[in-house]
Amino acid sequence: MGKTIIEKIIQLHTTEEVEPGEIVWMDLDVRSARDFGGPNVVKNFRREYGKGPVAAREKTFFTFDLCTPASLLKYADNQQICRDFAREQKIKVFDVDRGIGSHILMEEGLAKAYATVVGTDSHLNILGAVGSFGQGMGDVDITFAFKSGKTWFEVPPTIKVILRGEPSPATSAKDLTLSIVKKLGTEKAALKAIEFYGEAAKKLSLAGRITLCSMVTEMAGIIGFVPEYVDAFREEVEDFSGTPLDPVQPDEDCSYADIIEIDLEGLAPQVAAPPSPTNVFDVSDLKGTRIDSGFIGSCTNGRTEDFLEAYRILQGKKVREGIMLKVVPATKRVYKELLEIGVLQGLFESGAIIDSPGCGGCAEGMVGLTGEGEVQISTGNRNFVGKQGKGETYLASPAVVASSCLLGQIAHPEDG
Amino acid sequence: MKDSTREGRVWVLLGKEGKLIEDIDTDQIYHNQFLHITEMSQMGQYALGNLEGWKDFSRQAERGDILVAGRNFGAGSSRQQAVDCFTALGLGLILAPSFGAIYFRNAVNSGFPVLKCFDLETLITKKVLETGDVVEFDFKKGEGRNVSKNKTFSFEPMSPVQWDIFLADGLFNYGKMIKHP
Repeated sequence: MGKTIIEKIIQLHTTEEVEPGEIVWMDLDVRSARDFGGPNVVKNFRREYGKGPVAAREKTFFTFDLCTPASLLKYADNQQICRDFAREQKIKVFDVDRGIGSHILMEEGLAKAYATVVGTDSHLNILGAVGSFGQGMGDVDITFAFKSGKTWFEVPPTIKVILRGEPSPATSAKDLTLSIVKKLGTEKAALKAIEFYGEAAKKLSLAGRITLCSMVTEMAGIIGFVPEYVDAFREEVEDFSGTPLDPVQPDEDCSYADIIEIDLEGLAPQVAAPPSPTNVFDVSDLKGTRIDSGFIGSCTNGRTEDFLEAYRILQGKKVREGIMLKVVPATKRVYKELLEIGVLQGLFESGAIIDSPGCGGCAEGMVGLTGEGEVQISTGNRNFVGKQGKGETYLASPAVVASSCLLGQIAHPEDG
Repeated sequence: MKDSTREGRVWVLLGKEGKLIEDIDTDQIYHNQFLHITEMSQMGQYALGNLEGWKDFSRQAERGDILVAGRNFGAGSSRQQAVDCFTALGLGLILAPSFGAIYFRNAVNSGFPVLKCFDLETLITKKVLETGDVVEFDFKKGEGRNVSKNKTFSFEPMSPVQWDIFLADGLFNYGKMIKHP
């Protein structure tokens, strides 16, 4: 019997026979921890293993992205705990200037096709975008991975999701993603790997794949892959990582636990209303909802392409008086690209507040928090009750966030 | 040798409509504003602190109590604290139809029993399990017995890996005991 993509990747990293439902010991190509989780990893490591050493220092990293640079004393302490440990163990830190760890791992070519990568980030499965098996884990798992270079893993079943039809021109990867989250909910892909097929998936750029794969977490899935691609994607990835694209492909005779078709024909821009990412509507159903603030960034929509999408709508215009628009590039590299093409200046002139690269829009430590009664529209991936504060968060594409900030209410990109 | 059974008083996490609350995410279990805390003993007070209707759970729970929750319990973030806060309170186990993938691993690795019962909603509807009941679980056999009501039910027994890690009292000890890895 042939293997699906996830089965092939795991099989390359274990001596045991890989089959869905089997628990195997898997070798890890990259082990990482962030400024959240990281301090606990250090604490666990010192308690359990003393001076160590870590299994392979060239495969072990810290990435700081939760509070960059530290504006909370606790994070300042926690980052320093990780730096001190990194110095002792001679392991590399991608420090507070660099941005979101998962994106850095891709930019640095550490997360590449067929690689197994773990870290203390529940959206690490975003690495499926480049064909890598990324998996978020807690600090006990990561400590063990630092020391042993291995982890136990239950091989997930794979489902095939086929995207049919062509979404409307006002949409981007986020709309397609939210529509899939709506369709799959937290049940259909729960604890499974997903392979996305169909024209709409094949045509996705790297940034688009990042958007789609990041929200597999909100589908309660393990990881998502987009096996088919167009030449533009190949060029983008090769330029990005500096190495030839090694596309991940399933065996022809592999078997899927389920095949789900999703019709995207004429799909309108989508918005997820509170209290969950699965509570998705056409933008027209929520049109006119008053907003106080907008956020563009996060691991889901923090690439150059995402800010360009917003810029095209905001260019030469100003966000409505009283509306806060916060912009956080995913990484330093994105920040630089946006500087070079004048997009950051353009966004600044439109009234955006620009913050340093990192995990904005998600948790305390970065911008993108809401006060009681505040309504925020965000390109992030989660809007659970209380996550960003006592206010309410709607999730949407960069274009919808931009047009909504111009009008002070949830709006279709064409109205912006 | 650790015993494969555990008994305790049950808390059923019911929502307004009297149904099990589904998709309880890690920010509802242990909010991100407390992520900087690394001392387990400080975590218990925040358990379920952001879950509507259950915010005072940590003050009511007693050591040995058992939590019964809806499907996809522990969705969301990778934070170990969302498991450790229950360990800090001394809870005996959590029973749910399913768990968030990372959450489940985190619990297994720390030696905290998380058990799956696919048919839990039916057990709740039929009042086989209600808040306040004293219930006994056999992890290896997958057999449960409501001592208060003298009713039995079944759930998924622990997998061999989960059982071994539980017996070793966590992944670190387990890792030291085995040759592979």
